[in-house]
Amino acid sequence: MPEARTISADKPFSWKAFFLQWEWMLLVLFILVQVANSQLSSYYFNFDKPGDSAMKLIDATMTFLDKAFIALPMAFVIIMGEIDISVGSTVALSAVLMGVSNKAGLPMPAAMCLCLAVGTGCGLLNGVILTRFKELAPMIVTLSTMIIYRGIALIILEDQSVGKFPLWFEFLGWEYVGPSPFMLLAFLVCALIYGVVLHKTTFGRQLYAIGSNRTASYFSGVPVDRIRIAVYTLIGLMSGVTALFLTSRMGSTRPNVAQGYELDVIAMVVLGGVSTSGGKGRMIGVAISVFTVGYLRYGLGLRNVSAQVLMIIVGLLLIFAVMVPNLRQMAAEWMANRKRAV
Amino acid sequence: MSASEGYAKTRDSGETLFARIGKFREVGLFVFIILVMLFTQWKNSNFFTFENIDDLLANASILGILALGMMLVIIARGIDLSIGATLALSGMLAALTIAEHPTLSPWIAVLLGTAIGVVCGAFVGVTVSVFGVLPIIASLGMMYVFRALTYLVSGRRWVSAYQMSDAFKDMATGRWFGIRHYIFIALAFYVAFYYFTNHTRTGRRIYAVGSSPESAAISGIRTRWITWLVYVVMGAISGFCGVLWVAKFASAQGDTASGYEMNVIAACVLGGVNINGGSGKVGGVLLGTLLLGTLNNALPMINMSVFWQNAIQGAIILFAIIVNTLVKRNVDRSNLIRRPI
Amino acid sequence: MVKRMTALAAVLLVCCLMVATAGEKKRYAFIFKSTGNPFGEKLMEGFKTAIEESGAEAILRAPDLPTAEAQIMIIEELIAQNVDGIGLAANDPDALQPVLRKAMRQEIPIVTADSATNPESRLVHINQADPELIGRVQIQAAYDMAGGKGDIAILSATSQATNQNTWIEWMKKELELPKYKDMKLVKVAYGDDLRDKSTSETEALLKTFPDLKVIIAPTTVGIAAAGKVLTDKNLKGKVFLTGLGLPSEMADYIKNGVCPWMYLWNPIDLGYLAGYALVGASDGIMTGTIGEYINAGKLSAKTVVSAGDGGTEIMLGAPFKFDPENIDQWKDVY
Repeated sequence: MPEARTISADKPFSWKAFFLQWEWMLLVLFILVQVANSQLSSYYFNFDKPGDSAMKLIDATMTFLDKAFIALPMAFVIIMGEIDISVGSTVALSAVLMGVSNKAGLPMPAAMCLCLAVGTGCGLLNGVILTRFKELAPMIVTLSTMIIYRGIALIILEDQSVGKFPLWFEFLGWEYVGPSPFMLLAFLVCALIYGVVLHKTTFGRQLYAIGSNRTASYFSGVPVDRIRIAVYTLIGLMSGVTALFLTSRMGSTRPNVAQGYELDVIAMVVLGGVSTSGGKGRMIGVAISVFTVGYLRYGLGLRNVSAQVLMIIVGLLLIFAVMVPNLRQMAAEWMANRKRAV
Repeated sequence: MSASEGYAKTRDSGETLFARIGKFREVGLFVFIILVMLFTQWKNSNFFTFENIDDLLANASILGILALGMMLVIIARGIDLSIGATLALSGMLAALTIAEHPTLSPWIAVLLGTAIGVVCGAFVGVTVSVFGVLPIIASLGMMYVFRALTYLVSGRRWVSAYQMSDAFKDMATGRWFGIRHYIFIALAFYVAFYYFTNHTRTGRRIYAVGSSPESAAISGIRTRWITWLVYVVMGAISGFCGVLWVAKFASAQGDTASGYEMNVIAACVLGGVNINGGSGKVGGVLLGTLLLGTLNNALPMINMSVFWQNAIQGAIILFAIIVNTLVKRNVDRSNLIRRPI
Repeated sequence: MVKRMTALAAVLLVCCLMVATAGEKKRYAFIFKSTGNPFGEKLMEGFKTAIEESGAEAILRAPDLPTAEAQIMIIEELIAQNVDGIGLAANDPDALQPVLRKAMRQEIPIVTADSATNPESRLVHINQADPELIGRVQIQAAYDMAGGKGDIAILSATSQATNQNTWIEWMKKELELPKYKDMKLVKVAYGDDLRDKSTSETEALLKTFPDLKVIIAPTTVGIAAAGKVLTDKNLKGKVFLTGLGLPSEMADYIKNGVCPWMYLWNPIDLGYLAGYALVGASDGIMTGTIGEYINAGKLSAKTVVSAGDGGTEIMLGAPFKFDPENIDQWKDVY
């Protein structure tokens, strides 16, 4: 790689390197998914009625965007080289508390704020435990809080569900602002904010620093503890946001909602090119990956493929997507070796 | 003279014993398990009965065996989320075979299951070691594939007790010296793994690869081979446990053991296996398994609202790891002081 | 020659028409709770038979996890395909309401079977059997098995399973009758429909309540796990087991006497009836009002009655009793 040899701080710009970035691969994958889907099912995109079909496709984003809100801060966590698997339970706990407080007479706007506050609190607690006990791996701490948060939701609501929210609350998950669903608009705005924070602020640069080498960044003055707490708090907040949208879409809630969301979210983030070993990844990749996975599932759903086939396709896609850059590198190495041999 | 010497000796060996316990980093966990057990006994006098301890250990045996395999994977800087699905797939195939050929020896089914596990593990291992896919993604992807295959091979049906031969089911219910087979099997695995990780070259190489893959490669260890190997061992163990599982519950279904990988990982991490690789001990994993096994056994036995069970289980796990960390800090500090200069 | 040409043209025309009508074949979908469940597979099999008898096409779906979220996604996909009707076994009675309202706005009729949604989001529910009867009959079975005396424990699915919770409510009501003054419900345990958890819960019940005479498990995984534990511990005749189970899973334990008898209904007929109700709803013959009749193929006519939750339902029949006499003929069916 030419960049490795230059010692200048500015990387020379290379078109080849620019187009070999993972995000372009993702974009190609995204387009492939669109083409394949419209070939497979006439319900996906009907070329006789393009306007109508496009509306339907925009509409379809509502089926997969609720958990995507967590993917944004999850990218932060994974860029730091850590992981948070308590998010699904945080969603459940915030949603349940919102439902219960609303039922107890708290006005809906206040209950929604409470929902966000509970999510934030759950995230904050994760962050505090992790920074107080630095030896503990995020995996095991969030595994135990995952059990605890859902456990608290179970204590509160037992075997009941709460619902009967005011009608306007359905706006979040079902209504439109102009031609776009509110949820899509909200996601795009959030993604933009997270992208700017990650790529244009000191905070973002520090995340990469922590992910590449936590000890080194600590000694070079990065406030590691504060940043870790902030990131876990953020992911809690966004879990609260997901709880709002999910509850709005379901019209009621109970302690077992959002089960397994953590794995879905992690898969989206990693497919987006964020490396679980930390220090690598970009927000645009995460955003494209959210839509790629979402439309793939939706398109296959329109073909009514069985859950098994869907599982195999999603599983293999996940592996191959991560394998492709490695294969490229392996091929390059092999070529270099052959040249040397000749 | 001799008497005082003997006195000194016993005191001396007592001290070393104490020192040895003090140096054992998971001592906090051990004390914690005892406390949980005592509390349960206080709440329900049937806890410390032979029957219950037998149940506890037999139920924890599969978890314990799986945790050993997972320990190797985590030591080698990996993780395997596909084991629940591998377990289901091999268990299902073994059960289907037994249902087709009822006269077949159950050991053939065990061999078959293990072989299927090896194949599954080899697939995960190749994607991780040869193609360099991150372990969490490779195994997550394979988890979906294996799980789907389980549904497909069974035609989405279950294999039920009446379709299994008695010899097959007796594997799980049979006893040696009044103690169930599974406990002996788990014990044998623990002895073998203790020897393997501490006294064989390959075992030590796993630690080397986990601590620093680069240095391991430079010192001539074939890191890719070792990485592949741990997944194959994990797969073999999952396949083996799949047959044990199916024989124990006398039923094979598509969603067998779904989500079980999280219990196994928890057992490892509770037992002090470093999730970032490089360290982990068989003794620790045993304690981690025992804690989870005790909780699963004890929580239904103390009479409390079922809705509190989850929260309490989570709180105990969190509490245990925090106590263990604090004890470890103390042990490490006192080790530093005690070290002769 | 001209004649032959017209004949050919006529044949071609008929072919074209057939293709055209084949393309416009009505399509009905059924969504079960989750994939790979033998009960659900049989239910969908019955649904498919009924739909095909009416000359339409059946779409069978089931999510990989038994969650309402996954079902919402599938319903959205079916709405986008403009199916002619959706039948479903709901994972949550209320959480599907918004998406089902969307379906109904597009004039897609909704029929539930096995587990209902709330009355607002369905046309009619196909009830396997009266929940009151299901609950009461299990307590009566426990009474007969224990000889009217002793402790009862219930081993259920998850604490969130709405069907099970309704049945357990009725069991508690039945227990209030003076007849049961010597019987006591000591605990409702939840095995979460997991083999390992159901096993430890059963073991704990046996150790915690020494006077336990009957375990009632109104769930297929729970009852089989409990049957296995009681068999392994040689508790036949000391602790009895009854509840709702699959004949295939329970064949061993019914024959060895651990579970003298248990109940279930025929999932194939349940799906079959749901199929006919859905076709009727789509054709406008059935509107889900009390007193209506639908003609359900081999099951003959069924009446729409009022349901306990304020909506309407069609009752399949009484729960079917499986005992050592008849278990052999059912164990290979489902």
